[in-house]
Amino acid sequence: MTKSNPMTGETTAESFPPIQGMTYEQAFSELEAIVAALESNERALAEGMALYQRGQELAKYCAQQLDEAELKVQKIAGDEIVNADF
Amino acid sequence: MMQLGLFSQPIWSVTEITQYLRELFAEDQQLQDVWVQGEISNFSRPSSGHLYFTLKDAGCALRCVMWRTAAMRLNQLPRDGEAVEVHGKIDIYEAQGQYQLYADLLRPFGEGALYQEFMRLKSRLEAEGLFSEERKRALPRWPRRIGVVTSPTGAALRDILNTLRRRYPLVEVVVAPTAVQGEEAPPGIVAALEALNRLAQPDVILLARGGGSMEDLWAFNDERVARAIAASQAPVVSGVGHETDFTIADFVSDLRAPTPTASAELATPNRQDLLDSLVDLSGRQVRAINASLTGLRLQFQRLSNRLTFLSPQTRIRSDRQRLDEYAYRLQLSCQHHLQLQRTSLHNLEGQLHTLNPTAVLQRGYSIVSKGEGRVVRSTSQVQANDILNVQVSDGIFNVEVRNPDSG
Repeated sequence: MTKSNPMTGETTAESFPPIQGMTYEQAFSELEAIVAALESNERALAEGMALYQRGQELAKYCAQQLDEAELKVQKIAGDEIVNADF
Repeated sequence: MMQLGLFSQPIWSVTEITQYLRELFAEDQQLQDVWVQGEISNFSRPSSGHLYFTLKDAGCALRCVMWRTAAMRLNQLPRDGEAVEVHGKIDIYEAQGQYQLYADLLRPFGEGALYQEFMRLKSRLEAEGLFSEERKRALPRWPRRIGVVTSPTGAALRDILNTLRRRYPLVEVVVAPTAVQGEEAPPGIVAALEALNRLAQPDVILLARGGGSMEDLWAFNDERVARAIAASQAPVVSGVGHETDFTIADFVSDLRAPTPTASAELATPNRQDLLDSLVDLSGRQVRAINASLTGLRLQFQRLSNRLTFLSPQTRIRSDRQRLDEYAYRLQLSCQHHLQLQRTSLHNLEGQLHTLNPTAVLQRGYSIVSKGEGRVVRSTSQVQANDILNVQVSDGIFNVEVRNPDSG
């Protein structure tokens, strides 16, 4: 759901897609883009703060993914992929 | 004489003759760099770590020594009865008067022939362009799915999975189990690569096997395996044997890892590196937002200063100051004026004083007036019996006129 203020065109925090369910790669790429954006140009305060908050959430999510992930191991059996317990 | 002749021959000491023989051996280049093939017997390995054995064939025997430093490089120790090929130089062991082979390399019999075959296949595939750098594909930065082609029971799979759990547990692993040794290995590896690409579409494939002899690793020098690697849709990382082992699979693969563990390391980012870069990005975020807040604060400060400068309050304050200044200057000029006035007043007073008739009266003069203050200046103004007023310095009195013309 994209919401933006018609007066300033600034985006609000609600306009970001939900983080839950993102792959690590997606979350990390967005985090990199946000940091680059924060570092490069000046922007409205509200927008900067929203980006900052989003970035912190992404960083937390990524770290959590790394901490909690468990290697999923499968194997090929005949013409199928099945769970394996190697 | 005959006896003299007998004694005219030089007599060698044992040491001298042994030295002489050693020099003969040393001059022969052939003996310095030789491969000998035979069967091992009398193998022994005392605590010194050196290896002693005899190479035999149907009719002859050759004593061999392998010093500890060379023996340490062997993948496995030879056993009695084993057919081997040994490389080294022939020299004499002086204390026993025995020539022997000082060995530096030892390999199972047949490996030499295998090596020739290996070299032939390698140069053929190389000429075909199968090893060329342009064919090598880059590995994805963050693989989501990794295929593993290896034996389901080998240490290689265990090492790979442990490495992935430690480094990058976010990845999904699909193992294509296959024999990695023996006759059935090459077609098994080919089928595993094909099945992985078709069923799992992994981002990268690890082709792995633990260490072993050249013969053990032979499946990875098979042309069918080489072509299957080249045909794989996913890039292939080979991790076969030890660091010193090179197979055809290593040359065809997009990346060669020295060991199975290393193949898993090369294919994935390191968890610790990822955590470090997260910390770094978080820090940069904080610095960026702080810098932008500082910038905004400065901007605000500048605007606020300008606003204060432009506000009516400031105008009023400065007008008030100007007013105060004017008032002061007004006051100054008034005082000056007053002073001037005061001075001239004083002068006038002096003049007035000299003109005051009272002062003349004090000198003894008097003013005579008739009726309502008409000053009498001439006798013609008065008649007898007129009552006149005489003013002297301290008052007025009346007189009556008697002889108006007697003057």
